[in-house]
Amino acid sequence: MTFFANRLVAACLATFVAIGPAAAQDLEVSILAPAGAGGGWDSAARSLQQVMMSTGNARSVQVVNVPGAGGTVGLAQFVQSAEGSPNQMLVGGITMVGAIITNGAPYDLTNVTPIARLTGDPLVIAVPASSPYQTMADLMAGIEGNVERTIWAGGSAGGADHILAALVTQAAGQDPAKVNYVAYSGGGEALAAMLGGQVTAGISGYGEWQGQIESGDLRALAISYPEPIEGIDAQPLKAQGYDIELVNWRGIFAGPGISDEDKAVLEEAVSNTVQSAEWQELIAARGWSDYYAGSEEFTDFIASEAERVHEVLSSIGLAN
Amino acid sequence: MDSLVYLLGGFATALEPMNLVFAAIGVLLGTAVGVLPGIGPALTVALLLPVTFKLDPGGSLIMFAGIYYGGMYGGSTTAILLNTPGESASVVTALEGNQMARRGRGGPALATAAIGSFVAALIATLGLAFLAPLLVKVAVKFGPWDYFGLMLIAFVTVSATFGSSPLRGLTSLAIGLWLGLIGIDQLTGQTRLAFGVPNLFDGIEVTTLAVGLFAIGEALHVVSRHLRTSEKPIAIKGSIWMSREDWSRSWKPWIRGTALGFPIGALPAGGAEIPTFLSYTMERKLSKKPEEFGTGAIEGVAGPEAANNASAAGTLVPLLTLGLPTSATAAVMLAGFQQYNLQPGPLLFVQYPALVWGLVASLFIANVMLLVLNLPLVGLWVRLLKIPVPWLYAGILVFASMGTIAANPSVVELLLLLGFGFLGFLMRRYDYPIAPVVVGLILGPLADSALRRSLQMSLGDPMILLQHPGSAIMIGIATLALVAPFLFRGLAKFRQDED
Repeated sequence: MTFFANRLVAACLATFVAIGPAAAQDLEVSILAPAGAGGGWDSAARSLQQVMMSTGNARSVQVVNVPGAGGTVGLAQFVQSAEGSPNQMLVGGITMVGAIITNGAPYDLTNVTPIARLTGDPLVIAVPASSPYQTMADLMAGIEGNVERTIWAGGSAGGADHILAALVTQAAGQDPAKVNYVAYSGGGEALAAMLGGQVTAGISGYGEWQGQIESGDLRALAISYPEPIEGIDAQPLKAQGYDIELVNWRGIFAGPGISDEDKAVLEEAVSNTVQSAEWQELIAARGWSDYYAGSEEFTDFIASEAERVHEVLSSIGLAN
Repeated sequence: MDSLVYLLGGFATALEPMNLVFAAIGVLLGTAVGVLPGIGPALTVALLLPVTFKLDPGGSLIMFAGIYYGGMYGGSTTAILLNTPGESASVVTALEGNQMARRGRGGPALATAAIGSFVAALIATLGLAFLAPLLVKVAVKFGPWDYFGLMLIAFVTVSATFGSSPLRGLTSLAIGLWLGLIGIDQLTGQTRLAFGVPNLFDGIEVTTLAVGLFAIGEALHVVSRHLRTSEKPIAIKGSIWMSREDWSRSWKPWIRGTALGFPIGALPAGGAEIPTFLSYTMERKLSKKPEEFGTGAIEGVAGPEAANNASAAGTLVPLLTLGLPTSATAAVMLAGFQQYNLQPGPLLFVQYPALVWGLVASLFIANVMLLVLNLPLVGLWVRLLKIPVPWLYAGILVFASMGTIAANPSVVELLLLLGFGFLGFLMRRYDYPIAPVVVGLILGPLADSALRRSLQMSLGDPMILLQHPGSAIMIGIATLALVAPFLFRGLAKFRQDED
């Protein structure tokens, strides 16, 4: 255990020595992943941890898991404990925006300080291989014909998958409140329902269903990304003439009321990490897409996403 | 047999010295985290992911598989000795296992758990190697209606099996079902019965309930009686090894437990809990000495432990063939695959045969290592029981609270633990069975969403449950199991009246 003992001593010394604004390479941060081990936010936090340390943009990074309620439990804890703290960060994303609205959470993302938007993954709309629908236009016609008989499978209620199903239904000229969306815990169980042919169509992160799409067990009709993506045959909804885009983005935040100097240190450390070759390599391996945006752009982006998500969730009937 | 050639190639990979070392580290870590409640194999693998990034994929995946199997082994030890199940899959083991331990037969209980796990994992790993592609085809055909039927069978058999009367069993089950309603509803995202307490949004943690009811409730019960009777430390009776009778009573439950655990574990929403409960019920019905159940029947440890480990191999079927993680540990292992740019799915077996078969072969090796590691430790573990009763139960209280706090650091969680402990004490005092509460909490939400998903797909027509042969048969069996005992009793009375 001498290794850990040494680390502990080093950490204690560092807290004594580090007076004044710390340079990025002396940074010691803890990242709160508001989800259990194995989920998207947990792997985002651990990937960032790994690359921040290996590229020397931080001396030590710890990941803490606080799971619960679509990330709102972790968010509430973070808002209360990270006030003005120069070395605490939180991972979040579009699912959290939806969960804040549906759960009526006490805090939202305006209570924290956006540092950077990190990744954005395309969602895919797919049908089972045995489905009569060959194209997105076929599926749209099916929705127009009978919106209730079009059964969707996807992730948690009110999450990004559900929002996309509602947007597509709306684009087909139908009432999104009538969308027959069967929620599963994550893309895995929804995949089983798709392969078993129990549902009409399904929505998931592209990466989760990539294997089945490539093997031909599922037919991808469209992706929700604004532009085509290299290596993905399915075309964006926009390119197919439907004005819909939805990106499953993830970003990183600092606590409320953090000073401008501390914020600049964190921003620099994250932006240097994200530009490194290691980060690009790692997100490619995980099947994520780079969707970096700096603090200012990210803040505006969150505001517009929150408004849009609220609108869609109200139209489904999940928010007031 | 192509599979056989690949499997032999897999052994060549797994037996490389470095990979053997990884497997050994894995099973050691896994056993350690399995013994400690609160730290599960999922968290351990997640912590190790960044460490293994620089290693080659084969070695680190082999290590993860070792942790997974090791965790399954370790969980049973605390359940048997301390009545503190470290994970929901060992809840059933605690029922008979702890009774055996308290009658001085902790040694045979641990041994049958270890050997049963070994046998089950061995058979199930063979099943994984040869049946995986076939099994997965059946598993994806399992619709929500079929899951609902399976849950009904589990509900009925469990409440009829545990406790002195079906009514008491059903009462306990109802408490569990009610607890299961608490939290965010999966299908609509709305909260139910949480009264605005954020810690309740994700529902009641199964381990908190199980540890509260079993460990804390038991400790309170012992304390309440301790004033009148002075209990001596538990003496070890007979050999700490299994007798000839133990063997002959164990081997059939091992096989039957495996037969239940592997296929149900392979179902995308099967899990490890249902097969352990079903196995317990089955053994109780088939046993030649049913009167021993509740007071330490070895079949009640052998069957569920085998089922538990077989289901662990079962969950690897959808993971490797569909990329579909069905447990938290499997989800983290999936992330492990992805960090090497490997996408588990139908193409994995074709694209990376060496890796997949190396993993399967290393599961065999991890198994052998676990048996070698665990059997000599049995003698050491049972000595724990020589600790005087007040000390032992004080230790259990500390251990249980610490485990709960480690898993979920919040005051609410600790209050829940105490509340459940008191509930467990009352239920013991008034002779209500405890296990159905846990079953209700685990399976209630699953049955809830399975039923509502079925109705969503049929646009509200309940006949969908009877239109599919699978679910119709299972609902029929459940109804029969519920009604039959009453019918027989009525019939017997009728005959008596005739005489």
